[in-house]
Amino acid sequence: MRMTFAQRMITIAMVVLGTVLTRFIPFWFFPADKPTPKYIQYLGKTLPSAAFGLLVIYCLKNVSVFTGSHGAPEFLAVAAVAGLHLWKRQMLLSVAGGTVFYMLLVQFVF
Amino acid sequence: MGKGAQLKKAFKAAFPHTIPIFAGFWFLGMTYGIYMNVSGFSFWYPMLMSLTIFAGSVEFVAVNLLLGAFNPLQALVMTLMINARHLFYGISMLDRYRGNGWKDIYLIFGMCDESFSINYTAEIPEGVDRGWFLFFVTLLNHFYWFFGATFGGIFGSLIHFNMEGLDFVMTAMFVVIFLEQWLKEKNHASAFVGLGVSLLCRIAFGAEDFIIPSMLAILGVLTLLRKPLEKGGEKACE
Repeated sequence: MRMTFAQRMITIAMVVLGTVLTRFIPFWFFPADKPTPKYIQYLGKTLPSAAFGLLVIYCLKNVSVFTGSHGAPEFLAVAAVAGLHLWKRQMLLSVAGGTVFYMLLVQFVF
Repeated sequence: MGKGAQLKKAFKAAFPHTIPIFAGFWFLGMTYGIYMNVSGFSFWYPMLMSLTIFAGSVEFVAVNLLLGAFNPLQALVMTLMINARHLFYGISMLDRYRGNGWKDIYLIFGMCDESFSINYTAEIPEGVDRGWFLFFVTLLNHFYWFFGATFGGIFGSLIHFNMEGLDFVMTAMFVVIFLEQWLKEKNHASAFVGLGVSLLCRIAFGAEDFIIPSMLAILGVLTLLRKPLEKGGEKACE
């Protein structure tokens, strides 16, 4: 390993600092004792739906449509999760069912 | 109701929401611990890092940072870029993560994707203390991550059964959360923007570099849509 112990600790501290900054900055910028700007309030209401969409794509970011299994197990399993959820609307059932289905697909089918 | 009973009630309400995370973090955390283990780090590295950083994707990147040449500024900039999406979460949580006393500090510190998603969408039952509910969701997630990472770091080299595909549990959870939000809201414009813009950016910029462009484009499109969306009535999310 090229780094000394102190250098490694500093590197870890930098990652901690970066993470903490991205989480605390909005709260510092828009303090509770001042009215939050209307535009930020609007973003606060609309961003989550978009952020969840981004997270879904983020989870599937390494799926390749053109190589390997062409993303088939991922698409089938996402469909299974959505189907289960719209049918029963039980979060645990949808998540567990979809995951087991996916594991079976990647271990035995594709 | 005494303090103890109140805590117990909040814990009982919070725990079921975190079960998918338990499975996911157990697996991802362990993968991370194993990764650190095979990269030549003692188990207390993943222990320390899972405790102090608590942001999955960055911790995997941090392994590479630690193996490379010493460059603290690069470590900071990389972290800021990968975690920039947390700025979105903060903006959405300005109300929820306030007024809970000292717990607010921990809630904001522990606002990873999973904690944010649950704490934003979960409907806290009547009579359950809001602050403690949010706190326990975050604490349990943090604990699972720590537990998995440490376990992976210690026993990593000894595990052999086939867990291929278990990481899909995270994808499944976010699909469910996306759907829940979808079923709750009247206007799906923002959800479409999130999916569509991210997908386009993923195609245009590739898997490693699409998060920041996606965020900027989402901000841009939502800003352009502000007038029509605000006119179209209040969204039913809350």
